Amino acid sequence: MSQTASPPAASSDLRNAVIRLAGDSQDGIQSVGAFLGQLAGTTAQEVMTYMTIPSTISGGPSIFQVHLGSGEVLHPGDRADTLVAFYQHSYDGHLDTLKDGGICFYDSDNVEELKDERGIIHIGVPFTSATIEAIGGSAKSRGKNIFVLGLLCAVYQLDREKMTGIIAKKFGRKSEDILRNAMLAFDAGYAWPVHDIEHMPMAPGENDAANRISTDGNTMISLGLIAGGCRFGAGYPITPWTTIMEFLRTELPKYNGMFIQCEDELAAVSLALGASYSGHLAITGSSGPGLALKSEALGYASMAELPLIVVNIQRGGPSTGLPTSVEQSDLLQAIYGSHGDAPRIVLAPKNVEDCFYTALEACRLAKEYSTPVFILSDQAIATRLEAFEEPDLETHWQDPELDLSERGADFKPYPLDQLTRHSPPGARSSEGKYPVVTGLEHDEWGHPSGNPLNHEKMTEKRRNKLVNLAKSLPLPEIHGEKGGSLLLVGWGSTYGPIKEATDRLNGLGHKVGSINIRHVHPLPDGLGELFEKYDHVLVPEMNDSGVYGYGQLATLLRGKTCNPKIESVNKVQGISFRVLEITDAAEALIKG
Amino acid sequence: MSDTTSATPAEKLTKKQLKADKPTWCPACGDFAVLASFFNVVQKLGIPHEKIVCVAGIGCSSRFPYFVNTHGIHFIHGRALPLATGISLSRPDLHVFVFGGDGDGFSIGGNHLNHAARKNVNLSYVVMDNFVYGLTKNQTSPTTPIGQRSKTDPRGAIDRPINPMAQLVSSGATFIARTHAAQVKHMNEMFERAILHPGFAVVETLSECTMFNPGSFDDSIPRKGGVFDLVNEEEQDLESVAAAMDLSQDLSPGKFGVYYETKRPTKNELEREWLTDARSKIGDLSERDLLRQRFASMR
Repeated sequence: MSQTASPPAASSDLRNAVIRLAGDSQDGIQSVGAFLGQLAGTTAQEVMTYMTIPSTISGGPSIFQVHLGSGEVLHPGDRADTLVAFYQHSYDGHLDTLKDGGICFYDSDNVEELKDERGIIHIGVPFTSATIEAIGGSAKSRGKNIFVLGLLCAVYQLDREKMTGIIAKKFGRKSEDILRNAMLAFDAGYAWPVHDIEHMPMAPGENDAANRISTDGNTMISLGLIAGGCRFGAGYPITPWTTIMEFLRTELPKYNGMFIQCEDELAAVSLALGASYSGHLAITGSSGPGLALKSEALGYASMAELPLIVVNIQRGGPSTGLPTSVEQSDLLQAIYGSHGDAPRIVLAPKNVEDCFYTALEACRLAKEYSTPVFILSDQAIATRLEAFEEPDLETHWQDPELDLSERGADFKPYPLDQLTRHSPPGARSSEGKYPVVTGLEHDEWGHPSGNPLNHEKMTEKRRNKLVNLAKSLPLPEIHGEKGGSLLLVGWGSTYGPIKEATDRLNGLGHKVGSINIRHVHPLPDGLGELFEKYDHVLVPEMNDSGVYGYGQLATLLRGKTCNPKIESVNKVQGISFRVLEITDAAEALIKG
Repeated sequence: MSDTTSATPAEKLTKKQLKADKPTWCPACGDFAVLASFFNVVQKLGIPHEKIVCVAGIGCSSRFPYFVNTHGIHFIHGRALPLATGISLSRPDLHVFVFGGDGDGFSIGGNHLNHAARKNVNLSYVVMDNFVYGLTKNQTSPTTPIGQRSKTDPRGAIDRPINPMAQLVSSGATFIARTHAAQVKHMNEMFERAILHPGFAVVETLSECTMFNPGSFDDSIPRKGGVFDLVNEEEQDLESVAAAMDLSQDLSPGKFGVYYETKRPTKNELEREWLTDARSKIGDLSERDLLRQRFASMR
C-alpha cells in the first residue's frame, strides 16, 4: 500500500477494518494502536482510535480500538471485525463486541474456554511464548504487543517497510537492544503462519493530501495554542487534561514561553491571569472538577475583562465520577459556571484536527474581546488518534505580541463605547496616570463604583461583546439535506457518529441533515430559521436528559429558539454514541 | 526583588506622582503609615514609574492599589500571590509588590504563601497584620490571639493563632522580616531591604485596626509603655533556619527586624535558565519553522 504508486484496488480488498485490542494497560496495546494509527497517516488512509484506560495506578484491563479506512473514517467503529485478546478476561469481556463472523486472535498461552457462536473464527496464537522464543529467554513477555503488530500487519497486508520504519524511529531512540528485540518480535509475528483465514489486504488509502500527520486531540490543542500566539500557561494535574500541561511545559520554553505547574487549580488560573494582565496571551485548563475550583477567578476575568484561554477536557462527572471516560456534561458549567453575570465564549472542537483550528480561533477571540474563552473538548478527542493534513502555518500562524506602547490622554481601561484594550504594566502613560485592573464594579477609568446605572451599563457592555460576536458567526455547515424531515444537531465529539448516522438515514430514504456547532456560546444567529426547515430537530448528547427531559445543548437551543420540536437523545455510559443508537432514535422520532 | 537593572535611569518620582485615590481606611488606621512608607522607599530607590506593579487580593489593606498611582491589579480573596507569581515570571522587567492582610495571606490564601515561598518567586510581599477581619466588620482572623472577642467568637477566640514567622521560615522564604506600622523608620528600612532582596521577600507588618482592635499592639509601642525590641543582627545568624525558628517562638510582642535572609536561585532564574537552554539548542530557527519541524516529525 504505497502512497505513490497505489495499485488499483481489487474488489475484494477491505475498505474498512475495525481492530480491537484487549489486554492489560501495561501490555503496550496502546502502542500497537498508535503504530497502526501512525502508519495510516503515512499511507493516505483514515484512522480513528478509541481507548479505555483503567483509572488505577498501574495495570487493569484496557482496550485500544483502531478503525482503519480507505475513505473517510468518522467514528472508532461500532463493532470490531477483529478482536485480539491477550487474556481470558479480555476474551470473556470483549467477544460480544465482535461482529458476527468476525475474527478473534487470542493468546493461546492464556486463553481457554472458547465459545463457538455467531460464526466467529477463532485463531489461537501463543503470543507470549512465541515472543519469548523470538527475543530470547530473558525477555519474559515484553514485546508481545509488537509480535501482535507484526501478525496484524501480515493479516491486513499493511505496508511492512513503512511500519518497520516507524518502529525504528520509536525504539531507535531508546537503545539498540530494545530496537533489536522489537524487530525480532515484529518479524516473528509477521511470519507466524495463519492457516484458518486468507490474508485480507486493505484497499489503498484515498486521502492524497501531501503532508499528513497523525496524533491525538490534546496534542493538537497544544500546537494550536502555540500557533495562536499563546506563550504562557499554568495548570495542575488532572486526567484527561494533564497531557496538555505536560506537552506545554516541555515545548513552550522552545518558543520563548513558559508553563508552570502550580500547587492547586486556584493558583493555576491566577498565575495565568497574572501573565494575561502582564500583556501575554495565557492559558490554563483542567477537567470538570478542576474547572469548578477555578470558577471564582474566571468570574473575575469576565469582570476585569482579561483575555484568557481556558481548556476543559470533559470526563464523566460529577465529582471524581468516571475520570477516564467520555462525557459532555460540562457544557453548562463552561458557559455559566461562575457567579454573577459573567459572560464568556465557549468553543467545542469536533475532532482531533479541529482541535488545532478551535485553539487558533480561541486565541483570536480572547484577544479581540478581552475575555475568557473556553475550549471545551472531551476525553474521547483528547486521547484518540486521527490522521489528517498538516495545518498550513503560512496562513495559520500568529506571532505573540506584547504591546507596551505609551498610552495617551484618551486611554481608559474600561470604555463603555469600545472594546477594552488594557495597558499592561511596563507601558508608560503620557499623562502619568496608571490604571487599576479590578474585580470591583468600576467606572470607565477603573475606579470602584457602586453607582446603580453604571453597573447596569458595564454589565451590558460585557454582555454585548457576545451579542455582537453571535452576529458575526457563520452558521454551521449542513451535512446532508438542507431541509426535510429531521435535523440532527450536535457539538463536540458526537460529530463523527452523527455525520455517519445522517448518511445512513438518507440511504434509507429519509430526508435528514446534520450540523455540528463549534460556537456553543454564544450560539450563532440564525439557528432558529434553520430549524424551521425541518419537521424534527434531534440533539444527541453525551449528558443526562435532566429533570425537564432535555440535554444541556438542547436546553439552550430551546431557550434560544423557543422551538418545541427540539428533542434530545442522551447517553451517559462513559462511551461515545454508536451510529445505530442515533439512527434508531432518529427513526423513532420521524415515524412518530 | 532584584532585577532592578533598567536601561534608562528613572526620573525621581514625587509623592504627588505616586498618590492616587484618597484612602478609604478608617481614621488612624495603621495602613496609612504603610502607604507613606511605601511612597518613601519607592522614591528613594528610583524605580521607573511604569515598571512598578501593585497587586492585592481582598481585605482592608488589599485596597492598597487604588491609593497608589502605579500599574495595579485588585484580584480575588487569597490569590494575590499566585497572580503576582504569573506577573513576575512572565515579566522579569517589572517590580512586583504584593499587599494584603492576615486573612488574605494566612487563611484563605495560606497554601499559596507556602508555595510562593518555597519556589522563591522574585517579588516583595507586605502583610499588614491587624489580628482581625476588618472589612467584614470584626470576625476572628488566623492571627487573633486566644481569648480576644469578635463577632464570631463572642466568648473569646479559642483556636491557636498562626505563627506567621515560623510558617515563613519553614516554607522557605528567603527574606523574612517583621516590623510595626507605628515605627516608620524601621518600616522604611525593612521595606527597602525587602525590595533589594533577590527572591521572595516578606515583611510582616503589625498594623493596628483602630476600629475593631484598638490598642492591640501597644505592648510594642514605647510611648504607650511597650517595648520595641530589635533583633540584634550582630549576634543573630541570619542564614540559620534554627536561629530564625528560635526567634519566631515568642511573638508577644516578640522581636522586630530581619529574622532570616539567604540567597537561593529564584524561580524566575531557574525557569529562565531552562528557556535559554531550550532556545540555544534550536539555533536560528524561527518559532514558526520550529512548529513546522514538529509537524514534520508527526508525519
